[in-house]
Amino acid sequence: MVHLNVRNISQSFDEQKILKQINFSIDQGEFVSILGPSGSGKSTLFRIIGGIESPTSGDIILNDESIKNQPGSVSYTPQSPSLFPWRSVLDNVLLGQEIQGKRDRNTALQMIERAGLADYADAYPHELSGGMKQRVSFIRSVLSPQPLILLDEPFSALDEFTRTDMQQWLLSMWEEHKRSIIFVTHNIEEALFLSDRIIVLSNRPTSVQREITIPFKRPRNEDLLLSNDFLEFKKEIYKEMRASHLPS
Amino acid sequence: MLNMIKQGWRPLAVLILLFIIWELSVVIFDVPKWFLPAPSDIITVGINEWTEYNQHVFATVELIIIGFIVGSLSGIIVATVLHLIPVLRQSMYPLIILSQNIPIIVLAPLLVGWFGFGMLPKLIVITLVCFFPIAISLLGGLQQTDRDLRHYMLMAGATKRQMFWKLEWLSALPSLFSGLKISATYSVMGAVISEWLGANNGLGVYMTLASSSFRADRVFVAIFIIVFISLLFFMLIVWLEKRIIRWQASEKRNTNGSS
Repeated sequence: MVHLNVRNISQSFDEQKILKQINFSIDQGEFVSILGPSGSGKSTLFRIIGGIESPTSGDIILNDESIKNQPGSVSYTPQSPSLFPWRSVLDNVLLGQEIQGKRDRNTALQMIERAGLADYADAYPHELSGGMKQRVSFIRSVLSPQPLILLDEPFSALDEFTRTDMQQWLLSMWEEHKRSIIFVTHNIEEALFLSDRIIVLSNRPTSVQREITIPFKRPRNEDLLLSNDFLEFKKEIYKEMRASHLPS
Repeated sequence: MLNMIKQGWRPLAVLILLFIIWELSVVIFDVPKWFLPAPSDIITVGINEWTEYNQHVFATVELIIIGFIVGSLSGIIVATVLHLIPVLRQSMYPLIILSQNIPIIVLAPLLVGWFGFGMLPKLIVITLVCFFPIAISLLGGLQQTDRDLRHYMLMAGATKRQMFWKLEWLSALPSLFSGLKISATYSVMGAVISEWLGANNGLGVYMTLASSSFRADRVFVAIFIIVFISLLFFMLIVWLEKRIIRWQASEKRNTNGSS
């Protein structure tokens, strides 16, 4: 069943085309990565899906209803953790619920505990490491009442090993909660490791260059990263993206 | 507390040294008392005449507290309104800056003319003095809310009211406190100036009387007390800031520890 449908989205500013006829859809409970070079208009696309920017044309459909220009229809994990410094970890993860209406403290505490942050429920964000902050930020999204989660390059600032740990943690959370996820990244390996499907975006003006279904079985673990199949896929996507990348 | 002693001993040592030089100079050069009294004379007068002038101190402190509260509240209200209504901000902000070029000393006698010798013109003077640093720093704080946090709030579907109370107001609190600290010291000055204009009680009155009867020692007593009140008031705000903004206090402690 289709959860989110992005229909013919185009966006231009002052004659300059940023997005050109973008079309794709996400099924219920699916994990889809959007892979594109930096500056490819990924954040513009996210702002449109998030309802805080109006596209020149096209529509965004969530569960058969248009959510164009309607902020708060999807849950969002930003690139920087964006935790509120004056809120404890517990109050931070409850923020998404708070904005939409009601707080559910107990579930929040349970999730904090399962994320290995039980001792930090009352800590302030500046006491946490980068990986912990990102986990808190993601828990905030999962706790938010909206069924679809947008993740905007959430691990780009982390080191290699923390990043791999976080990816596995994210997968385990996703398998447990079965939410639909759109994951934006410019890292091919990350997209391959996490997703059911990858949507490759072209350079500006951005359009969907290719959609690739990833057949790897779940649950996935680190070994997959070094398998031949994995490297084949990586090669193919790399070539695909390289071809459209103009030398700068 | 220990931290305060650690950091405070250097300026305190300089201050004590200055007093010693002052004391010695007065003795060595035999300076007349009406011209420049020695610190020891000032302290003696300050202690002996306490019962005579303490009413002035209390009157001024009362004026400072009421004036500071009224001034701060109006600063906070103006900054908030200007922040929430952009049209108003664009048209009023330059005028607020401009208003600070009007010398209070000149304005004060006019205020007495309009409102008489009661509490009102004095409160207006202190309010005018306090209002500006608070309004400007709070408005600056409200306008400089972290862009990522604002973006998150928008994406999460926050209303304007939620945006203000959950994000902007709290993130502007440190700026508000920098304004309050400046205003705390300004309000003492404002209170004394307003008392010069005409009052029955207050350190401003005490100072004018002492000065016109060539009692330099009493003038210095008044100065010392004013400095002391300013300092006390400033420390009260710093203490409040530490109590309220706990999420930053520990960050500062860390950086101090590592240096």
